Amino acid sequence: MMLVTESTNAATDNIEAAISPEFGADSASEPQTGRQMIGIKDLSLVFETNDGPVHALSHIDLDIREGDFVSFIGPSGCGKTTLLRVIADLEKQTGGTIHVDGTSPEDARLNRMYGYVFQAPALFPWRTIAENCALPLEISSQTKEKQRRQVDKYLAMVGLQDFHKKFPWQLSGGMQQRASIARALCLEPDLLLMDEPFGALDEITRDHLNLELLNIWESTGKTVVFVTHSIPEAVLLSTHIVVMSPRPGRIAKVIKSPLPRHKTLAMRDSDTFNALASQIREVLATDHQID
Amino acid sequence: MHKRLMDKPWFAVICMIGAVLVVWYIAALLLNGNQLINTLERKKVAWSYSHIVTEAYGIKRPPLPVPHQIAAELYKTVFDTKVTSKRSLLYHTQITLNSTLLGFTLGVFLGILIAVGIVHNRTLEASLMPWVIASQTIPILAIAPIIVVVLGAINLTGLVPKSLISMYLSFFPVTIGMVKGLRAADKLHSELLMTYNASARQVFWKLRWFAAQPYLFASLKIAIAAALVGAIVAELPTGAQGGLGSRLLSGSYYGQTVQIWSALVMSALLGCLLVWLVTLMESWVLKRRGLTV
Repeated sequence: MMLVTESTNAATDNIEAAISPEFGADSASEPQTGRQMIGIKDLSLVFETNDGPVHALSHIDLDIREGDFVSFIGPSGCGKTTLLRVIADLEKQTGGTIHVDGTSPEDARLNRMYGYVFQAPALFPWRTIAENCALPLEISSQTKEKQRRQVDKYLAMVGLQDFHKKFPWQLSGGMQQRASIARALCLEPDLLLMDEPFGALDEITRDHLNLELLNIWESTGKTVVFVTHSIPEAVLLSTHIVVMSPRPGRIAKVIKSPLPRHKTLAMRDSDTFNALASQIREVLATDHQID
Repeated sequence: MHKRLMDKPWFAVICMIGAVLVVWYIAALLLNGNQLINTLERKKVAWSYSHIVTEAYGIKRPPLPVPHQIAAELYKTVFDTKVTSKRSLLYHTQITLNSTLLGFTLGVFLGILIAVGIVHNRTLEASLMPWVIASQTIPILAIAPIIVVVLGAINLTGLVPKSLISMYLSFFPVTIGMVKGLRAADKLHSELLMTYNASARQVFWKLRWFAAQPYLFASLKIAIAAALVGAIVAELPTGAQGGLGSRLLSGSYYGQTVQIWSALVMSALLGCLLVWLVTLMESWVLKRRGLTV
């Protein structure tokens, strides 16, 4: 194992040079060829409050390609959740433009083009796990047969095949969150929006679910937008890391991960991983000094 | 041993009942004894205290009947009388029960309907809510005869006007509870359904209806007790064709205090039974829905 401190300085200046020999051509920093999934130009969002306007988001420009795994990271109040909610049409921007899969966020929502995973599992307590997962399918009027097939498939994918008939309170927090991910996958959206889905879980469960999520992402080729405040989590999961700053909420830097798409937990001990993590830490620190 | 007995919950209950009985019998002795003394003195008959004490609990129309008199009357009118007879207390109980249940059912439907309207439409909330509240500030004793007379004029008598008065009392707690309950849906759950582009109807049947159920059952317990009160009050001015209310009224006409008290006890028992049935239904439904652990 190499020393962390050794690689840090070199990597922050030229990350490309630091990682290339380690992971070779499989690097996610290859030029992007996918079509645009989310395009954001000069987007702002101002909340009017009693204390005057709050600039939740200010002049955001972002381009997310199909198949990307993009993490929003930053301290609380930096607008990362708000930005995700704008993409999901749960908030409306006050300035700038945004396109989701070629249309407006509203049309994307009305056409059920994304799956949203909240910080809390948000399972309906009066429905069993299987009924909870079937909820989006019921609402989009799928046949009972299709519902059953999809629920079976995705509950198995998150390792809950034996829990169909259990109620949410009979499951642990981690299992509940897995069920909520299965529910989001059931509609088979191309885009998965996740708002700190593992924030409330212990680290062991979190590691486990991170790998599960990576497996699902790799096998389905979905685009994932992922909000987190954990640097290791962002580094482990993402192809692109969007580092954000508060007051006003803005993008401080977009970092393209040099790690390969296929990841293992062991990578967390690699130089590249640590270099990337310290680069994020540095951006966050620099921006806080401005504050 | 002594201490353990004190800790039992039933010990406290028995002590309480015992205390009530003691106070009751003493009060009855004083009230009934006084009346007895007055009567005897008017008739200029010699009397002694020991005579009064033995007689006070056996008067036919005592100011305050004692529990064993009421129990005897209840036994006679419930078990020793044919259910079809007008002398049977069960016959009257069943009449009151019918209008209570019909009025309760109507009241629950009306209450839910108004609540759904209020929750989905701001104009309805502003226009309907004052009337809903005003309706309950009018004393039911004042409005019950009016309803009975008005409906009697269009030849509606018996069960219907009584049920309508029950409905009038029982829709209110259901409306208030359901407005609160239908709005109690978790914000996260609402947003989740928004991301699925769910229609208002789907949001209602898949989320709001279930979120409101704990509130609904709390309201139902109040509503069914109110429906029983409504039915009894409605039986007072209806010319007393039957029912617990008419037993109360005819009892007070003829000074049949034992009859009044046994009707009172019967309505209390009926009320307890109805609320208990709602509670039973509540725990069954909520458990099946996984709403209680």
